Amino acid sequence: MDLTPTAEEQDFRARLREWLGKTLPELPARPSPDDWPGRRAYDTGWQRRLYDAGYAGLHWPVDAGGRGATPTQHLIFLEETERAGAPYVGANFVGLLHAGPTIAAEGTAAQRARWLPPVLRGDEVWCQGFSEPGAGSDLAALRTRAVRDGDDYVITGSKIWTSHAEVADWCELLVRTDPVSESVPKHRGISWLAMPMDVPGVTVRPLRTLAGSTEFAEVFLDEVRVPVANRVGAENDGWRVTMVTLSFERGTAFVGEVVACRRTLGALARTARANGRWDDPVLRRRLGRLYGEFGALWRLTQWNVSESQASGGVPGVGGSVFKLAYSHARQELYDAAAEVLGADSLALDEEWVLDRLSSLSYTIAAGTSQIQQNIVAERILGLPKGR
Amino acid sequence: MDFRLTEEQRDLRAGVRELLAGRYGREALRASVDSGGALDRELWRQLGEAGFFALRLPEADGGVGLGLPEAVLVFEEAGRALLPGPLVATHLAAGAVPGAAAGTAVVTAFDLGGPLVAHLADADAVLGAASLPPGEPVRCADPLTPLHRVAAPEGAGDAAAAAAAAAAYRDEGALLTAALQVGSALRTVELAVRYAGEREQFGQPIGAFQAVKHLCAQMLVRAEVARTALYAAAVTADPAEVAGAKMLADGAAVRNARDCLQVYGGMGFTWEADVHLHLKRAWVRAEQWRTAGEAEELLAAELAAVAE
Repeated sequence: MDLTPTAEEQDFRARLREWLGKTLPELPARPSPDDWPGRRAYDTGWQRRLYDAGYAGLHWPVDAGGRGATPTQHLIFLEETERAGAPYVGANFVGLLHAGPTIAAEGTAAQRARWLPPVLRGDEVWCQGFSEPGAGSDLAALRTRAVRDGDDYVITGSKIWTSHAEVADWCELLVRTDPVSESVPKHRGISWLAMPMDVPGVTVRPLRTLAGSTEFAEVFLDEVRVPVANRVGAENDGWRVTMVTLSFERGTAFVGEVVACRRTLGALARTARANGRWDDPVLRRRLGRLYGEFGALWRLTQWNVSESQASGGVPGVGGSVFKLAYSHARQELYDAAAEVLGADSLALDEEWVLDRLSSLSYTIAAGTSQIQQNIVAERILGLPKGR
Repeated sequence: MDFRLTEEQRDLRAGVRELLAGRYGREALRASVDSGGALDRELWRQLGEAGFFALRLPEADGGVGLGLPEAVLVFEEAGRALLPGPLVATHLAAGAVPGAAAGTAVVTAFDLGGPLVAHLADADAVLGAASLPPGEPVRCADPLTPLHRVAAPEGAGDAAAAAAAAAAYRDEGALLTAALQVGSALRTVELAVRYAGEREQFGQPIGAFQAVKHLCAQMLVRAEVARTALYAAAVTADPAEVAGAKMLADGAAVRNARDCLQVYGGMGFTWEADVHLHLKRAWVRAEQWRTAGEAEELLAAELAAVAE
C-alpha cells in the first residue's frame, strides 16, 4: 500500500497543471445544455486541444494512437482537469470511453486505423445504439435485425436512450444477426457494428428528459445498409464484445466525476455557512458524512485503478461495486444540496437543481442498480443465477 | 502510487488468518461465549508472541517495527475471527505498560466516551491510569465484552488521567477499531453468501432470488468501500480520513450483521447462530474511540476548512 506519487507521476501532474492554467482561459464560453450543435463544437474543440497537446487517448495503447499512459496517470489527468474546471468529456464520451476502447481491443488493424484517430482528434463523435424499447436492462432481448445482403447488412429496428444521437457521426450498434430460436440462447446471435449516422433510413427523434432537456433520443432504422466490414468481432459474437465495452464503462468512465462531487461538496459547505444552515447540526453532520463517503469513493477509484494497472489495464467487475456506491452517494449529495438551498431548491435556474434532476438517472443509466447488484452477487459473490 | 497490498502484506494477513483459524476457530468462539466471556490469558500470550501487540514497536525495543497499514491488516483478521478482549487498548499500550507488548498484561482503556470500561475485571492496567479503578459490573449486550461502570472519568485523579490518555490515542484507536469492524463486515458477507447458497426454499437456494442477492451485494459494497477507506487512512494517518474510515466501518459492520441476520431468517434470531455475536460486537465498537456522530462533526469541520 503506497499512495505516494512517483517522481514521474509528480512531473506529469505538474506539466498538466501548467498546461491547464495556460489553456483554460483561452476557451470560449460553454454553450447552453440544449444547444447540441454548440455542445458538439465545444466538446470536440476541447478534444482537439487535448490532442494537439498530447493528452488525447492518454490511457489508450500506443498502437491504437493513444499515449500508453498508466492508469494512475489517467487518474491524475481526470483529477487535475476536474480540479481546474476543464470541460467534461461530453459528446466525446462514447467514442473515447466506449466505442474507442472496444475497437482498440477487438477491432482489426484497418478498423483501428479508420475509427480511432478521428475520435482522438475530435473529428468524429459516436453514440451508443444498445438499448431498445423492449431491451433495456434485459439487453440480450434486443430485436433490431441485420440481414446479410451481399457485402452489406440490411438493418431494421429501433434504439432508445441514445445520448448525442443528434450530433453523432457513428453509432456503436448492437444488432441481431441470428434470429432467436428455442435452441439458441438469446445472448448469442448478436453482432457489434459501426453504423454511420448519415446514411438513408436512419431517423433520430429527440426525447425530452425529466430535467426538461433533450439529453437523449430514439433512433429508428429502416432498411439501413451497413457494410459487413463495419462489424467489430465475429458475427454473432457481439455479446462478448459488448461485455468488453461495458467493463470499460463501469470501470473507468465515472472516475472523474468523483472529483467533481467533492468540489460540489466544498461549494455546498460555503453556501451553508453563508446562509446560516451550517448551524443546523443535522445538516452539518449530513454534509460531513458525505465528505467522508466521497473521500472513500475517491480512494476506491485509486484502488480499482491500481488493480487494473496490475492486470493489464482492463477494469474488472469491481467497477460494479463502485457504480452502486457512487450513483447512490451522488443522489444523496444533491438531496443534501436541496436542503442547503431550502425553498431555492425549487428554482430551475439553480445549477444544483438541474444537477439534482440529472442525478436521478444515475441509478438507471449504464445498467440499473438492480442489474449491478445481480452482477456483484453472481460474478463476485458466486450466488446462483436465478429469478 | 501502487495502492494494492504488497506481497509481504498479503503474507502477513494470510499468516494471521491461519493462526487465528487454528487458535480461535468457531468452537473456541462458542466456548468463550459459554464460559461467560472470561479472557483466555493463554491466547493473549500467544497473540503477544505472534507480535500482535508489539507490531509497531521498533525492533530495538523488542517490537516488529511495522507500521499502521500492517497493524490494520492484522486487526482486520482479528475482527473477522471475532477475537474478544481489549485488543486495541493493549496494542496501544505496548511500550508504555510493562507486559503489554508481550501479551503478558491485559490493558483496557476509557474508550467508550463515559464511565463504562470493557474487560476491567480481566485487566492488569487501564491505559494512562496508575492503578486499576474500582467498578460495578454492568451486563453488556455483547456476551464477550464484560463492562464495568467506574467513577466518572471527568473527575479528579486516576480516572481523569485515563480518560485523557484515551483521548490522546483516539485516532489510532479509531483506526484499529475500524479495522476490526471491516473484518467483521467482510466475514458477515461470507456467512450470508454461504447460507444463501445452501438454504433452499421454493425448490432452489434462496441466493437465487434477487431479494436475497441484492441484500448480499449491498453488504459487499459497504464492506469494500469501508475497507478502501480504512487502508487509505492507515497509509496517510490523516485524522479526517481516519474518522471517515471509522464512520464507514461502523456502518458496514452493523448494517452487514443485520442484513446477514435477515438472510439467515429465523435461524439468524437464534443464540446458536454466530450472527448476533457479530452484530453485538459491532455495536460495542461503534461506541469505542470515536462514534459516528463525532466522526461526522470532525469531517464537517474538515470540509469547512478545505472549502475556505
